[in-house]
This record gives sequence, C-alpha cells and structure tokens, in this order.
Amino acid sequence: MATVTPLRQPDNDPPAPALHARAMDNLAFIRDTMETAGKFTAVSGWGMVLVGFTALAAAAVAAQQPTPQRWLFTWLAAAVFAPVIQLLAIAYKLRTADTPLLQGSARKFLLSFVPPMLAGALLTVVFYRADLVPMLPALWLLLYGSAIVAAGAFSVQIVPVLGAAFMLAGAVAFFAPPEWNNWIMAAAFGGLHVGFGVPIARRYGG
Amino acid sequence: MAKPGPVRNERGAGGEAGKLRAVRGRALGGAPPELDRLIHERLRLGIVSALAVNDSLTFNELKKLMRTTDGNLSVHARRLEEAGYVTCTKSFEQRVPRTEYRLTPVGRRALERYLDHMEAIIHATREGK
Repeated sequence: MATVTPLRQPDNDPPAPALHARAMDNLAFIRDTMETAGKFTAVSGWGMVLVGFTALAAAAVAAQQPTPQRWLFTWLAAAVFAPVIQLLAIAYKLRTADTPLLQGSARKFLLSFVPPMLAGALLTVVFYRADLVPMLPALWLLLYGSAIVAAGAFSVQIVPVLGAAFMLAGAVAFFAPPEWNNWIMAAAFGGLHVGFGVPIARRYGG
Repeated sequence: MAKPGPVRNERGAGGEAGKLRAVRGRALGGAPPELDRLIHERLRLGIVSALAVNDSLTFNELKKLMRTTDGNLSVHARRLEEAGYVTCTKSFEQRVPRTEYRLTPVGRRALERYLDHMEAIIHATREGK
C-alpha cells in the first residue's frame, strides 16, 4: 500500500499571527483601501503654500530683531496668522468640494490636530518663563509635526510624511546651535509647507 | 504605500471571531463593541471602506479597486445590500447598464463600530503586556 503524505505539514506551518497583529493588519487594510479609493484630502495644498510664504517672511523679519523676545513675538504673530490662513483655505476647499467643514475625515483631522497645538501654546509660555526661548523652535516643530502625524492618520499618505519631516526638523533643532534656529524655522515652516503644499494641491484637489 | 492586495475568499473565521468577541474593548461609546462578522470579511470590509470615502462607486470601479471577479464582488455586495449597509442603484448610461453602490448611514456606523473594535483589541493587548 502506498504511503500517504499529508499536503499540510503542521510542524512547518508558521504560527498564527497574534490577535493584535490581525487587528493592526485590518486597520492598515482599511486605511490603504480608503487612500486608494479616495481622491481627496481636506488639507489645502494651496493654503500650505501660503502658510509657507508667511513663514519665510516671518523668518526674514525675525532675523532682524535685536532681542530674543522680539524674535519670539515675530514668530508668534506668524503662528496666529498661519492657522487662520489654513482654516480659511480648508473651508474654501471643502466648500468647493461640497463637503461640510466638520464632517467625516475633516472633523477627525481637526480633532487630532488641535490637542498637540494647545499643548504647544501652553509649553511656549512655560519655556518663555523658564528663559528657554532658544529651545522653542525645536518644541514647536516637534509638536506641530506630531499634530500633523496624528491628524494625518485620517488623510492621504503624504500628510503624515509631512508631519514626520517636521518632527525630524524639530529633533535637529534640539541639538543644533541656537544661532541656526531661524534658518531651521525658515526651512521647516517655510520650505516644507511650500514643498509639500504644491504636490498636495496638484494631486488632491487644491 | 501598498495598495490593497487581491482579496481572498471568505475564510472560516469562527474561532478567531469568538476570540475577538471576547475582547473587552474600550469603545468610544463605553460598552465593548461586538465584532461585526459581516464586514470582518476582507472583500466586504474593502467595499465598505472604499464607499466610506466616496459618495458612490460603480460596480466596475469597485471591481478594479478590490481586484476581484464579477461573481465574487456581486455576491459580497449583495450580502452588504441585504444587511442595509449599502444601496445599489441600477441604471443605463447610453444603453450600457450601470450599477452604482452607496454606503448607507447604517453601513457607516457599522464601519465605525468595527474600527472601534480593532482599536479596542490593540489597546487590550498593549495594556495586557
């Protein structure tokens, strides 16, 4: 009688993936599907370009300031204008796409984005009082980057990549000499916004 | 970013489903969410996910997106339609039949519950370490 060789070799089977690994795989599948199927992100690429130019202007003005306090106030002024510009640009983009501002992924994006920014605002006061103004650019870049990474989970893939680039810039700023701060701010808040804003605008509807 | 891979046929996930159901999740609503086996299947999960970010998708668009066959997509889309998760509209466009799918509010809530469940599993595992 012929010997029977089982088709499956139980000892050679790879172990079943852990439950949480399957859950993460499912979440990744959902996100991949949404990204592939979706052609739209609430983030306004042109708004980012405008914010980038605002940051470049702020960097030029801040470089002329005689004291760290005035340098700080210059950037704080830019930090007030930037979200206003971006929110107006997002509202315009969603209106032209016939999508209410606080609906679906746009709402999740904003809800993920705001908490790190509020933490950044609070820590700015703390750092200022502790006379740690030269550390502020690194703090701002890291928190802004983490806000974008968190919010980018609900957007197209390029958005969290932008956030990671800001976090990298923040890490560099922490270990760079203080005199590099303004250049790093210009490169990150100016260069990254413009550099990522243009492809987002072209690929994802404005 | 890797695109969704070819979707496999429905697997016998009874044992896994049982384990998933046993997870004490931290759903946003408070109560542990139940696993929705209807959208746990990959192709149906893909259909619902794709429709969640589009107002509507045609049969051919979904087929291309999911990289599956007419028969497979048809069967799974019908299951979702019967559950009230999607609506199907048939029409003609220049004498060519056109089948269009949309996600219903019930389907959207089901997807959100499923996401909550997956997140709860990940939380539970991390807290258990």
